[in-house]
Amino acid sequence: MAATVVLVPGLNRDRDMIAALELISGTRPQTVWATDTELPATDLIVIPGGFSYGDYLRCGAIAARLPVMRAVSDAAGRGVPVLGVCNGFQILIECGLLPGALMRNASLRFVCRKVQLEVVNATSLFTSGYSAGDIINCPVAHHDGNYFAEPDELAALEDRGGIAFRYANGTNPNGSVNDIAGITNPAGNVLGLMPHPENLIEPLHGGTDGRALFEGALRQVA
Amino acid sequence: MKARVIVTLKNGVLDPQGKAIEGALSSMGHGGVEQVRQGKVFDIELDASAADPKAKVEAMCEALLANTVIETYSIELQD
Repeated sequence: MAATVVLVPGLNRDRDMIAALELISGTRPQTVWATDTELPATDLIVIPGGFSYGDYLRCGAIAARLPVMRAVSDAAGRGVPVLGVCNGFQILIECGLLPGALMRNASLRFVCRKVQLEVVNATSLFTSGYSAGDIINCPVAHHDGNYFAEPDELAALEDRGGIAFRYANGTNPNGSVNDIAGITNPAGNVLGLMPHPENLIEPLHGGTDGRALFEGALRQVA
Repeated sequence: MKARVIVTLKNGVLDPQGKAIEGALSSMGHGGVEQVRQGKVFDIELDASAADPKAKVEAMCEALLANTVIETYSIELQD
C-alpha cells in the first residue's frame, strides 16, 4: 500500500498524518511537494491540515491552485482515493473536487475541542470501517469550518448520500449547515472532513475512534 | 491601467464577521445601522498588454479572487 501525503507551505499536521498512516498501514507514506507536477504511483492521496499560505485570501484558495493540486485532481478523476482533513478539506473544496464552501465559524472563534460525529453513510471507501449510525469521538481544531452550500446543492448532496459525517449530540462547533462535518464526491473516492481522525488512533491519544477511517480505506485499496 | 475588484458575499449567505462589526458599531453608539456586510477590495495594476482588460480581470476573479459559490464581484477600471 503506497500512500502519498501532499506537502504545501503552511500545512502543519503532516507529521501527525504521516505517523498515523505509517502506524496503521505499516508502510511510511511518500510525500509530494507543492510544485511537483506529477505524483508517484499511489493507492491513496492525503492532504493534511494546517494553514496553507497563511490562510491568505480564503482558506485553501492559494494551495488549491498549485501545480501539485492539478496532479491530485487528475488522479481523483481516475478514481484514486483522496482524503482531505481540515485545511486539506478546504483545499479540496477550493479546487472544486468537493461542492460548497467552508466559511468562518459562526462563533467567529477558533475551536479546538473534541466533538462527536455520526457516521451518516458507511458505504463509501473512507467510511467502510464504520457502520451507519455509529457515534464516534473526534477532535476539531479550526477557524473556518462552517460548511455552506446553496439549498439546491445541499439537497443534491443529501440525496446522493454525500454526507459522510455529521456533528452529533449538539456538538456542531462551527455552525455548519445540516451539522455537516465531512462530505464525499459523487464517485465516493474523495472525502473531505474538518475533524482530525489522525489524532485519535491510539490509546495514548485518549481514544481510537479515528482508526477505523484509515483501516477501512486501507482494506479497500489493498 | 488600474482595476479595482470588489468581492462581497452573495445575498443570503450568512456573514458572522459583518454581524460582529454591526454589533460593535451599535455598542459604540453608532445608531441607525441596519446591516453590515464585510467584503474585500483588490487593487490591481495592469500593464498595457491586454487587449480587453475587463475580460482579463474577470478571468482572474473567476479563477482566484472570488469564490463564486458564496461571493460575487464587481470590477471598476481606472486609467
